[in-house]
Amino acid sequence: MAYIPATWDMYDLIQGVLQAPWYHMVFEVALILLIFKIYVSQSFSPEKTVLTEKEKDLLVEEWQPEPLTPNVPDDHPIIQSMEKYCIEGQNGKYITVNGKSCINMSTFNFISMVGNKQIQDRAVKALRVYGVGSCGPRGFYGTMDVHLELEDELAKFMTSEEAILYSYSFATIASAIPAYSKRGDIIFADENVGFAIQKGLIASRSHIKWFRHNDMEHLESLLIEQNKADKKNPKKAKVTRRFIVVEGLYLNTGKICPLPKLVELKWKYKVRIFLEESMSFGVLGETGRGVTEHFDISRDNIDLIAGSLENSIASVGGFCCGKKFVIDHQRLSGLGYCFSASQPPMLAASAIEALHILQEQPRLLVDLREKCEKIHDKLKNVTHIQLIGDPISPIKHLMLTEPASDRDLDMHTLEMVVDYAMNEGVALTIARHLDSEENNLLPPSIRLSVNCELTDEEINKVVSVISDAFREVLQKLSSVDMKSPLDSVKQGDGEQIASR
Amino acid sequence: MATGRGSINRKLEDNKKDVLCTQMPESHNNRPKNGHKNGLRSNGKNGSHTSQSRWDEDFFESFEETPLLVAILTYLGYGLLVVIGQIRDLMRAYGIEKDKSCTEPKLEGFVPLYQSWESFYTRNVYRRIRDCWNRVVGSKPGTRITILDRDSCDYGWTFELTGKKLNVMNFGSYNYLGFAENSGPCCDQVQAVTEKYGVGVCASRQEMGYMDIHRELDLLVAEFLGVEAAITVPMGFATNSMNMPALVSKGSLILSDELNHASLVLGSRLSGALIRTYKHNDMDDLEMKLRDAVCNGQPRTHRPWKKILIVVEGVYSMEGSIIRLPDVLRLKKKYKAYVYLDEAHSIGAMGPHGRGVVDYFGLDPRDIDIMMGTFTKSFGSAGGYIGGSKSLINHLRTQAHSFIYSTSMSPPVAQQVISVMKVIMGKDGTNQGMKHIRQLAWNTRYFRKRLQDRGYIIYGNKDSPVVPLLLYMPSKVAMFSRETLKRGMATVVVGFPATPLIETRARFCLSAAHTKEMLDEALKIIDDVGDLLRLRYSSLKPPDFSEKDIQLIE
Repeated sequence: MAYIPATWDMYDLIQGVLQAPWYHMVFEVALILLIFKIYVSQSFSPEKTVLTEKEKDLLVEEWQPEPLTPNVPDDHPIIQSMEKYCIEGQNGKYITVNGKSCINMSTFNFISMVGNKQIQDRAVKALRVYGVGSCGPRGFYGTMDVHLELEDELAKFMTSEEAILYSYSFATIASAIPAYSKRGDIIFADENVGFAIQKGLIASRSHIKWFRHNDMEHLESLLIEQNKADKKNPKKAKVTRRFIVVEGLYLNTGKICPLPKLVELKWKYKVRIFLEESMSFGVLGETGRGVTEHFDISRDNIDLIAGSLENSIASVGGFCCGKKFVIDHQRLSGLGYCFSASQPPMLAASAIEALHILQEQPRLLVDLREKCEKIHDKLKNVTHIQLIGDPISPIKHLMLTEPASDRDLDMHTLEMVVDYAMNEGVALTIARHLDSEENNLLPPSIRLSVNCELTDEEINKVVSVISDAFREVLQKLSSVDMKSPLDSVKQGDGEQIASR
Repeated sequence: MATGRGSINRKLEDNKKDVLCTQMPESHNNRPKNGHKNGLRSNGKNGSHTSQSRWDEDFFESFEETPLLVAILTYLGYGLLVVIGQIRDLMRAYGIEKDKSCTEPKLEGFVPLYQSWESFYTRNVYRRIRDCWNRVVGSKPGTRITILDRDSCDYGWTFELTGKKLNVMNFGSYNYLGFAENSGPCCDQVQAVTEKYGVGVCASRQEMGYMDIHRELDLLVAEFLGVEAAITVPMGFATNSMNMPALVSKGSLILSDELNHASLVLGSRLSGALIRTYKHNDMDDLEMKLRDAVCNGQPRTHRPWKKILIVVEGVYSMEGSIIRLPDVLRLKKKYKAYVYLDEAHSIGAMGPHGRGVVDYFGLDPRDIDIMMGTFTKSFGSAGGYIGGSKSLINHLRTQAHSFIYSTSMSPPVAQQVISVMKVIMGKDGTNQGMKHIRQLAWNTRYFRKRLQDRGYIIYGNKDSPVVPLLLYMPSKVAMFSRETLKRGMATVVVGFPATPLIETRARFCLSAAHTKEMLDEALKIIDDVGDLLRLRYSSLKPPDFSEKDIQLIE
């Protein structure tokens, strides 16, 4: 398989030799002679400590490694809550947990594609042609005609020149960023970008400059700073690529990025924009084309758009789209594209069907927006709840208005809220994070996801259960002596939480 | 075995220290200076290591040295390609030749997204033979596939489907056990699940994306592997890249085989641990590095390492080699390291019960700290798993990126794994699983033996269903792929940079679903093309293993 070599230095080398001035060559030759002389001549070197085999054996004997993993017991709160709320059957608008039916306010099934009959039929049809797995990466007989069809459909839908399909959404942006941005390049990233982006940034080994969440002034000040540095060192600036990496709709905050301003900054400071639309694709905009459509900005302004097929589209996979010269590059240097088996054809087929449905029924998105605003409206004034997120965003975070000083304590409170709501028939989830690895850890929250098919009654029920849950739980906690719940939490789960 | 094929050497080390294992632990400082160490047996006798000699005597791997003349010619071939490429680039620069590559339009003030010389190889070498990859398939990846014919009217810059369909034998897909099917009981069960669950989950495991079918799958995988517990992830690549960071971190050392898969490399990098590579499957080198690491500690500070993780694959998909697992485990115990075993290509395909290389060597799966593998290959599905001790899995369930930040497995995909695994384990009440496993083992020996008899240079272990045939020259890569396809056989060819420059190869992936007739036909095609391209490079005596030891089940 022919992948691009990391660098092809030959051209550079020849150019360098041709352009070098004579005195430089003389200097180089002198250096080489010097190195040769040093190499030949015997030099004094202090004796190194050389361990005998016996000593080495002793050292080997002595060394005790840390255990591979800390001992996590079966009753760790996260495992417990996972096992407690294991879903029976379909993960749709309603879910069955422990034999009880609940309104699902926790999964990203925004436009109710899960369980759609039309999609299932298409999936089964594909199953009967292709089987389940593709048994190979795209390069080696893993490219089925449905993959090409889906790529075409996506490109057409996003009115871009080309789209590239990944078999997993997490791997999409995490592979796309390092494909372009290398060591020495500079990336300006929003501090609250999702975890997949954070991993992509690390993998790129570029220089990362974080700007405050959606704070364009801060971004601009960083850009100006960079501009000044560039002027000082124009040679370096000429080879340093600069990127802005943002999300369309932030999973972590439920807020929409200020794209018009970003595009303005892009052209002003000559930075490229990578836009991650996992949450906004199939959600924002008149027809679900994402945040670009929402702001009515031409997608030509964005260098790369990455999206997910796992949320609105309810399949598994991800994609990138953009200009041909941009996307084509990933076909040989996107790690998650080249080295992974391709998406199961039946999942690609169901994504195609979902895209069709999305285009045939624009009503879904109108409904979704309406429901989002309704819920936002009703929740924003509930006591004890600090509602985070834009009104039209289907993702909303519920934080405590009076957080305790201890993160674990808040987590525990929210877990109690979730338990309460679950009992009342509303499925909620806490937004889970790896506390130690997140770039900018937000306060604990319950993350609400809105489904477009919610009826008014269901919305009312959800809102009343949530407000009841917060009220009851906080009352219960405060009615007990302020010291004791803390103690009980600390004693009960302290150790486990600490290991989290 | 040694005397018979002592002359067949592993390619990655000098011939002199060919024999690795039995002479092990002290051998790196009193390594035989010269002469073939075909003294496996004599070494096997020395003291405490007699138990290992048993597996070693039946462990045959062949890595024939590249013939010198071929190497020179290959380099010349690349040299020519580069020279012509440079000339054509020059012509493009002056507008004499039209530049058809999709280059970036010049934007004032923007630094180009990638340098044009970065894509020199793509433009001038890869483009000429692009038709050998990314062929479009219009059917299930079974033993026969339908390839949609493509045509290029501009020498490989763009392709168009002609509408013609080629029905050819498939020796390219990783369908080792032949379960990539679109009918039969497994498929029926998958259909039922699709109708019950739909395809989407739309949530991560920790955020209400954990379903009963996932629980069932996790438990079954753990039972199949013979470990305490297991977790499953929807993408094989991500199983490595998203879970490794939860295991090691800064202050730990990863000892990684130099030929490890990109996902392992990425996972290692993301973990923040220091990575050192050792020579492919070279236990001497591994021990030397382990010893050095334990004795010297971390660089600069010389503090002891927190932990050392040895990362290996079961079967290497480009080399066809099998990990010397008994030795790895011995070293692991001696130096108290941990072992991460990636069985992407071996699970299902190796061992008398299809339970991977651990089963192949008859070892206890509990001795391996982290058992990783994928469902893409033998199970005809998608995704991956990690199995191990209860505390490891509990840790991953709370800490792994794949459990918190990404969607859990699609139910039909999970069901395919469950159904196939049950067949392999015989839980469906038939002996279909065993039949497939035996057939694959038989096919492997049969095919490898015939190829080696014919004088091709074949890499890898006699029991590895991945069979690389060395082509060496870049022009032969394209020719081989096109000619075999023309004659009705789909093969994978691999070249630089996925392999070393002069070791380009074709790769056959055998399947239990291949019949003897198909293998014979394939051999005939390979012979045809082999004669055309003069591929019989081998100068060694054919090995003496045989498929006769394997009992087929009727």
